[in-house]
Amino acid sequence: MLDLALQGGQMLLVLLLAPLLTGLVRKAKARLLGRRGPSVLQPYRDLLKLFCKEIVLADTASWLFRVIPYLVFAATWVATALVPTFGTRLLFSWSADLIAVIALLGSARFFLVLAGMDVGTSFGGIGSSREAMIATLAEPATIMIVFTLALMAGSTQLSEVAGFMLSPNVGVRVSAGLALVALMMVAIAENGRIPVDNPATHLELTMVHEAMVLEYSGRHLALIELSASLKLLLYLSLIGCVFFPWGLAPATAPAFDQLQGIAAYVLKLLAGGLLLALFETTVAKMRVFRVSDFLGAALMLGLLGTLLLFVSRSL
Amino acid sequence: MSVVPVTIALGCVAAFLVVAVLAVVAGRTRVATPLIYAACLVVALAAFTNAFAALVTGAAPSAAASPLGLPWIGARFRIDPLAAFFLAVVDFGAAAASLYAIGYGRHEDEPQRVLPFYPAFLAAMNLVVLADDAFTFLWSWELMSLASWALVMAHHREEDNARAGTIYLLMASFGTLALLLAFGLMAGPDGGYAFADIRAEGPSPFLAGLVIGLALVGAGSKAGLVPLHVWLPLAHPAAPSHVSALMSGVMTKVAVYGFVRITFDLLGPPDIWWSIPVLAIGGGTAVAGVLYALMQTDLKRALAYSTIENIGLVFVGLGLALAFDANGLRAAGALALTAALFHVLNHMLFKSLLFLGAGAVLVATGERMMEHLGGLIRRMPVTSAAFLVGSAAISALPPLNGFASEWLLLQAILLSPQLPQWGSKLLLAGVATLLALSAALAAACFARIYGVVFLGRPRTSAAETAHEVDRASLAAMILLALLCLGAGILPGLVIDGLAPVVASLTGAQMPTQAGIAWLSIVPVSESRSSYNGLLVFLFILSSASLAALLVRWLASGATRRAPAWDCGFPDPSPATQYTASSFAQPIRRVFGSYVFRAREHVEMRPPGDVGPARMKVTMHDGAWDLLYDPLVNAVAFAARKLDKLQFLTIRLYLSLVFFAVLFLLLVLALWP
Repeated sequence: MLDLALQGGQMLLVLLLAPLLTGLVRKAKARLLGRRGPSVLQPYRDLLKLFCKEIVLADTASWLFRVIPYLVFAATWVATALVPTFGTRLLFSWSADLIAVIALLGSARFFLVLAGMDVGTSFGGIGSSREAMIATLAEPATIMIVFTLALMAGSTQLSEVAGFMLSPNVGVRVSAGLALVALMMVAIAENGRIPVDNPATHLELTMVHEAMVLEYSGRHLALIELSASLKLLLYLSLIGCVFFPWGLAPATAPAFDQLQGIAAYVLKLLAGGLLLALFETTVAKMRVFRVSDFLGAALMLGLLGTLLLFVSRSL
Repeated sequence: MSVVPVTIALGCVAAFLVVAVLAVVAGRTRVATPLIYAACLVVALAAFTNAFAALVTGAAPSAAASPLGLPWIGARFRIDPLAAFFLAVVDFGAAAASLYAIGYGRHEDEPQRVLPFYPAFLAAMNLVVLADDAFTFLWSWELMSLASWALVMAHHREEDNARAGTIYLLMASFGTLALLLAFGLMAGPDGGYAFADIRAEGPSPFLAGLVIGLALVGAGSKAGLVPLHVWLPLAHPAAPSHVSALMSGVMTKVAVYGFVRITFDLLGPPDIWWSIPVLAIGGGTAVAGVLYALMQTDLKRALAYSTIENIGLVFVGLGLALAFDANGLRAAGALALTAALFHVLNHMLFKSLLFLGAGAVLVATGERMMEHLGGLIRRMPVTSAAFLVGSAAISALPPLNGFASEWLLLQAILLSPQLPQWGSKLLLAGVATLLALSAALAAACFARIYGVVFLGRPRTSAAETAHEVDRASLAAMILLALLCLGAGILPGLVIDGLAPVVASLTGAQMPTQAGIAWLSIVPVSESRSSYNGLLVFLFILSSASLAALLVRWLASGATRRAPAWDCGFPDPSPATQYTASSFAQPIRRVFGSYVFRAREHVEMRPPGDVGPARMKVTMHDGAWDLLYDPLVNAVAFAARKLDKLQFLTIRLYLSLVFFAVLFLLLVLALWP
């Protein structure tokens, strides 16, 4: 029963924290740029507003267009809930490993790309086509990172990987460093942050994600925005639990450890969000076709990490 | 005497042949088409039930011999677990295609060009899998090639189909030649052509290497391994769609069967280096196939190229199994082989579904070009829903079946550091990258196909006025879509079903999955990795429903229909939508500039000229440029040079004959 409560608690926690993280990043960016910026609670207000507004649905939208927000939200939410946040070995953590979590995000993207194509506008198409191009490089890079981690830890289960990273026999590993850098690059691309995409604009030159969801409004848009926030939270949780697994509490640990885990998790998110904002304000947006170089580098880092492990095992 | 499975299977083959003969007689009458396909459906279902029962009940291998065939050898047939599995795959695909064709066949203009060859094709594929000696195997293999060639040529007056048929025939003959040589080498000088004799023979390492090479060429050309794939994207789409489904979904599996039979069964214990060409070619095929598929604008051709990709994945699994087995890592070998065979089953399910869907689109609109379609989701709701399931499954999205088999394959690759050989390990890291790349590209490829064909606004009046297809066709597609979902959420059942096959080939099998809590799959151990398709499916379903319910209760339900927003400048012309080519443009630019040497040329008009500017894209197919065109040129060159031999005097001919005889006698005399 307690297991179920912990699992449910994690699902609720990620859902409640996700807009806050987005608000935090926006606020930090605004302050770094010398603006006051909206309150960190603004994303909640935006979501509330969107949920209360009527939907303006394009004449040419099909039933799929109306179903996709729910599917995207569900897939992203399930994926986020399966990544350890404050504790490991939760009730259902074994039902999907890291590969499945990545593939769930892939499902969400597949359907979002379809949504961009559904109404039959040029803006939706441009977003979908570019998103697909970015995905063809980001996904293999992610899989190679997963390989590096799995080869080190001997498991693709996130709880096991985190447990291995906490154990004293990890030491300093070149492969882990390469994987961390690659994962950060992938996280930036996957979440449509600068320099790959700009979440704050609707300008034609930068549009990828925002163009794809241009036709959405009202509650549909709210779900998609919430999914985007969840995805950002997922990547920060993933980096946190794999590379900085301090404070993670197993599900069997006493309540104090759980609370400690939550506190550590919130601190990790805070640090991650601030670093992301700092990074975003220091680099410039790159051309769409430079993204392939950026992500190609991530892919090569992932491959290099795997190769190093293959080689070092045989020594 | 009890009836053994092999007798029933042979009875089904005979029934197919009887139906073929009937089709020759009655093929021209109007009522014949549904009856012939219904008969095929019944026979295929019987054959499937028989094979499935043999596989699941774990019946002992049953054999039969017939005096027909080569003198003193006759023809031998046998059903062991491997044959039973592939028979089940073949006959299930055949049943689905036949059910579909009961409706689809009515649209055939000249049914007598299809009807007799269709049952013969099914009979031949069954016979290949049943054969237990080299002669029967090759004879059935040739029958399969010829019957499918006749089906490819059914619409022989259409543009390019004759060329497709010629290339197919050439490549099929070449492949059979390679297999003939492979079996000749395996049978040895004493000529024991029965598979039992070949198993007992145990060839030398050098001969085994040659056989592996020949089997890769022979079976690989039929399966579509790069660079022997060139016929496949021409021939598969040229046939009627239910036959395309059979050729892509089923015939390529018979080719995989041929390769598995030779390498895992007949040749005996594998050597480590056998795996290297299989892995390298498999990985290359996977990425090349899907990149080609992304560049196509013809719906059926894109599907055919995607078949090449999936065959690449299967061969990666087979290569991994060879590498593990050669090092005595039996459990890991069993995992890799299970992944490969699981993908064989999955690809049969979703590629048949997708080709049947393409056929439905073809019937409804008369169009295969994606640039002329669009918006079919409103006109053909059932077809589009089934096609969506197939697209998601082939893109390896959880919780569908494509993800389950690719997940197993990745788990198998993660075991590869156990291999002692450096070369294999480094190769496998590369192959892993290729696999990851091909999975991501496949998702882009099928999002593109689905988005352009079924979503958006109709691009032509044909797409605008399309109608849903008949019930038999829909039933076949729905059945396949449900099975894609079923195999995806209950992969443990499939793995257990494959256990006897894997055990008979590698001597080991994956841990039994049936008893694991919540129907998870655990390939090695719980702490290493586990996946539960059922729970993932239920999680997604419940959280989506929960979200929908909450939104319904708490959020505003108001909806207003209005013209598309499109940043304030909507254009009423459907030509302003993204097309298949424009969707693929970024990917073509990123990958195509290396792989296909794709170049874009923009022709701008001079100032003052009001004509439209044009953009041309040129792409080169490496297989044709580097391999086939030089080969064709060399053959033509040799033919021109040897042409002189036709116009010699009688004296020269006589002396040529004299010298030839002299040479042969010399060879005989000097032969050790």
